[in-house]
Amino acid sequence: MNHAADLPVWAALLVSFLVLLGAGLTLVGAIGLVRLKTFYDRLHAPSLGATWGAGGILLASILFFSVLQSRPVLHEVLIAVFLTVTTPVTLMLLGRAALYRDRSENAADVPPPIRADGEIRSGDTI
Amino acid sequence: MSRLLPYPLLAVSLLAMWLLLNGLSLGHIVLGSVIGVAASNVTAALQPPRSRIRRWHLIPKLVAIVLVDVWRSNVAVARLILFPGQHRRVSGFVIVPLELRDPAALAILACILTCTPGSAWVEYDSTANKLLIHVFDLVDEAHWIDLIKNRYERLLLEILA
Repeated sequence: MNHAADLPVWAALLVSFLVLLGAGLTLVGAIGLVRLKTFYDRLHAPSLGATWGAGGILLASILFFSVLQSRPVLHEVLIAVFLTVTTPVTLMLLGRAALYRDRSENAADVPPPIRADGEIRSGDTI
Repeated sequence: MSRLLPYPLLAVSLLAMWLLLNGLSLGHIVLGSVIGVAASNVTAALQPPRSRIRRWHLIPKLVAIVLVDVWRSNVAVARLILFPGQHRRVSGFVIVPLELRDPAALAILACILTCTPGSAWVEYDSTANKLLIHVFDLVDEAHWIDLIKNRYERLLLEILA
């Protein structure tokens, strides 16, 4: 960033704040991933980095380049959109895999499969 | 109209993406429109389920609610991770009966629940139309059911349905 020095003070402060906020939330999410005890609890921790963690950094990026280039630079919005749309895919995959494992091991604290009353479906694996 | 543009929303989204990536100019508007129309026609061969947005004016409201909730949930979960000793946290599963059936609306609900760090979408059964979520800090099951049904589902039902 050769031109970072050209950034006005207000923008520099705001960009720093947003970058630190995003990085901080992502760090907390990573700490949670290490610290939390159960798999299902650990599912929640990375969401911090995927939502406002990434959001803070992307907002900072939008602000930084928009101010420097004196025109709106908005393609970071696409990163936010695709991150939001794709996160559920991996999370559901991991969650359902864990649920399948726990149910087949008859683990405690795992709810039984949801099904409509009295109905048995052919595709039911559990 | 419908033969040229089987999925108008997809075509417009592709145009918007093209313009965001390449910058706004007349040439890119034309090129992006051609790509949008062509790609949405190719997608028509896959016959994805069609959803109609009925109330556009409620979308900003939903987005605002979700952004605020995601922020609050971020703060709450971050606090629980950093200071685990403050109160005894109990996590658990909640079964939420849904009224939504529209695939697009369900997908949006999945994005909302996943992006909220306090809750995770785990399983959905389309026959029973019930949803299983895992809640990080489960104080009251009824509160979560009420939150999902009244805060998100009702708006989604009004917007899409």
